[in-house]
Amino acid sequence: MITAIVIMALGAIVLGAALGYASVKFKVEGNPLVEKIEAILPQTQCGQCGYPGCKPYAEAIAEGEADINLCPPGGMEGVRKLADLLGREPTPLDAEEKPKQVAIIDEATCIGCTLCIQACPVDAIVGAAKQMHTIVASLCTGCELCVKPCPVECIRMEPIAENIENWKWKYPVFEIKRAA
Amino acid sequence: MLQQLFKFKGGVKPQTSKTSSLHEPIGQAPLPARLIVPLHQSIGGTPNPLVEAGEHVLKGQLIGGADGWISSAVHAPTSGTVLAIEEHIAAHPSGLSTLSVIIEPDGRDEWIERTPLDYRTLPPERVREILRDAGVVGLGGAVFPSHAKLTASKTVPMDELVINGAECEPFITCDDLLMRERAEDVIRGVAIFRDLLMPKRVLIGIEDNKPEAVAALEKAVQALGENFEVIAVPTRYPAGGAKQLIRVLTGKEVPAAKRSTDLGVQCFNVATAYTAYRAVAHGEPVISRIVTLTGNVEHPRNWEVLIGTPLREFIQLGKPKNDTNGYLMGGPMMGFEMPSLDAPLVKATNCIIAASPTLFPQPPPEMPCIRCGACAEACPHELQPFEMYWFAHAKNFGKTQEYNIFDCIECGCCSYVCPSHIPLVQYFRFAKSEIWARERDKKASDLAKARFEFRNLRDEREKAEKAERLAKAAAAKAVEKKAAPVDSGAALATSPDAPVNADVAKKATIAAAIERARVQRETAEPKNTDGLTIAQRKEIAEIEARRAPLLASEQTAPNAETQRTQSTDT
Amino acid sequence: MTHYLFIIIGAVLVNNVVLVKILGLCPFMGVSKKLETAFGMGAATTFVLTVATGASYIIDHYLLMPFGLEYLRTLSFIVTIAAIVQLTEMVIQKTSPVLHQVLGIYLPLITTNCAVLGVPLLNVANKYNFIDSLLFGAGSAVGFSLVLVLFAGIRERVEGADVPIYFKGTAIAMVTAGLMSLAFMGFSGLDKYQ
Repeated sequence: MITAIVIMALGAIVLGAALGYASVKFKVEGNPLVEKIEAILPQTQCGQCGYPGCKPYAEAIAEGEADINLCPPGGMEGVRKLADLLGREPTPLDAEEKPKQVAIIDEATCIGCTLCIQACPVDAIVGAAKQMHTIVASLCTGCELCVKPCPVECIRMEPIAENIENWKWKYPVFEIKRAA
Repeated sequence: MLQQLFKFKGGVKPQTSKTSSLHEPIGQAPLPARLIVPLHQSIGGTPNPLVEAGEHVLKGQLIGGADGWISSAVHAPTSGTVLAIEEHIAAHPSGLSTLSVIIEPDGRDEWIERTPLDYRTLPPERVREILRDAGVVGLGGAVFPSHAKLTASKTVPMDELVINGAECEPFITCDDLLMRERAEDVIRGVAIFRDLLMPKRVLIGIEDNKPEAVAALEKAVQALGENFEVIAVPTRYPAGGAKQLIRVLTGKEVPAAKRSTDLGVQCFNVATAYTAYRAVAHGEPVISRIVTLTGNVEHPRNWEVLIGTPLREFIQLGKPKNDTNGYLMGGPMMGFEMPSLDAPLVKATNCIIAASPTLFPQPPPEMPCIRCGACAEACPHELQPFEMYWFAHAKNFGKTQEYNIFDCIECGCCSYVCPSHIPLVQYFRFAKSEIWARERDKKASDLAKARFEFRNLRDEREKAEKAERLAKAAAAKAVEKKAAPVDSGAALATSPDAPVNADVAKKATIAAAIERARVQRETAEPKNTDGLTIAQRKEIAEIEARRAPLLASEQTAPNAETQRTQSTDT
Repeated sequence: MTHYLFIIIGAVLVNNVVLVKILGLCPFMGVSKKLETAFGMGAATTFVLTVATGASYIIDHYLLMPFGLEYLRTLSFIVTIAAIVQLTEMVIQKTSPVLHQVLGIYLPLITTNCAVLGVPLLNVANKYNFIDSLLFGAGSAVGFSLVLVLFAGIRERVEGADVPIYFKGTAIAMVTAGLMSLAFMGFSGLDKYQ
């Protein structure tokens, strides 16, 4: 009985020491997973996930603090990719999925307060104090962060229309006819 | 002239159906009632409109200037009035609209001043510019700006210039008739390309089902004293694909993800050579092209048509039969159905085929893939269409790329031979455009990330700079106070003793330090005055204005806060 | 020599840990969605299993048997395996972050891979000596990797097939695994010479 305890304890101590040594020797700084997660996120920097930007959200996912279904701009597709990367089950998106949008300033109403310029995370709004502002549509990520600060409610979101540049061939679908 | 020919793998031999449109010479299509000229007619940047609604334009006048180097100009096809510059349905499978210049012809067909040039006296750069501004693009169907292909590579010596007159798709005969009727101008155009690229040999490849065209070009070559080789190649679809024709004529196989120029070969269409000659030697920009009108029509024929002619007016020339149920642009293998009769003919339109249920019967329903491998045997690019289909079908796009889907030229051989009637090319087009969309999204998100990070960096830098600036200002003020210590409230507060000159400097530095610390603290702490609405700000300003006189009267109070208010007020 | 050959072939094909002994099904179902992760998992398991068989043989013969502590076998094997897995994870994370990411959550799961415990216990039951044990361990691991990679290849294709909706995902994977198991039963014919 005593030998058993001694031997098991000895084994545990040896293994514990080896692991302890290894954990010091092979210490890894940082988490490379964060970068992979961030590459999947759409980089709209909208904060709809509750984190101030895509990188903090990626960090939270890597730490296991955040769920993977909090990113509405990424959509269900993004959730699926994250699930694939992390080996989790895809869970339904925690918000309504919206088509891609672009912000539009009603230039007649704009009073030039610059509040939206300060809110835009990607500097996609140009304008100066008391001058009309406008949105550089090609840079806009559709994050909606500029909508709320506008004191005169002159910013609206519009879904991006299909044009010849971004038109996609459709998946081939065929009519199924009843056999005679 | 003994020329060893090579073979490309795969390919099919569909019924050519070319003879019906060859009976008559090229006809001149009448002026349509209205012309719709899309601005974006070539690969690359969209030209900017240079005219306004209501303006009168002359035939050949520039209406869209090239945007960047990979872009090509657009011209008014006839003289008339610009009715509008607006979105109009385009000759595109999507049926979406594109920015177009709508012109109402005045019937006079009045040319702009044309300046014929001798290109031999011009530097090569100038010739390329002329071609760009004349809107010369690849007329084989790809509409790539030709001038961009005419710069010889600095590293790879140019061995062969291949001129493509193969015209392998069924029904199409526009290049055939062009070569028969305007052989000399074609050869003169090839000579321009030759002089710009300086290849060792010039090879003109024509499918052997066009003996008249071969004879005409050979005659023209002799008449002009050139040493071009006109070669009849075996008729097999898609011998007219650039990579296939290069393979047949030179034996060189262009590897995946490489261009033919990397192997010292460049390829042009015969119609492109013709338009290049007209542009340089006659000053005529590309405002018309030869279009085959065939299929289910009473009078199949080739017509020289103005770019921008609406399909509705063009098809009347051939009198479509009653059971016509659609119009294909391009050939039956690679073409697409025109979305509307209002769509205009463009530079890429080489053929319009009237379709009927007897000519192109409804394809039988798609059956499961039986992995027979017929598509792999037919593929001229030696791809494995059945594998690409499997993964495109399952929307596993990464895998389709592993099978090199982007080397697919969408020639349609695989769909043609498939015993299960699977529209393979449609799956590949779908997969390709999905992959492109993903790449666009990825690029956009990378850009957004870079801009977001830059903005954060800038915010931080600005904060730091502001703090530094304020600290400097405070230090300067402290120095001022040292000069006149009696005026300074701060100096009074920190020096209750009588001002001794030796002490003053020390006290001033202390005051400056306190000021600096305060400024730093204030800039570090977020102020709750950020993000206020205009109304709130206005209110604050009013209150401040009311308080200002009061504060001024209290200015003797020796605390730092009032001193700051005072100094900002004065 | 033939003795060793029989051990290896027996472990890889005839008595395949996954498809015949039905051990280690958790990673077999879990990590077989993609070919590359299957390769990674196979490599990691091969390494861990070979080392674990060697280590458990030593512990069994030089620690447990001399003191008559055979009844602690399972317990001490589990502890050893867990330590080795932890060590492997740390080394991989340091030396090859990519492989570490590919293996993801499944690397620590090797600890609970019953094949890794089962093979040393089978060694003891078969009364193998040290060399035999190592060969049997390595052979089993190769067998595990083999079927894992095969299965992943099949699943990648099945993903694209028109599977009836109720069979999609795990259900069709189970059916596939069953068919593979049936196929591997064919190898038992090799057995009569052993």
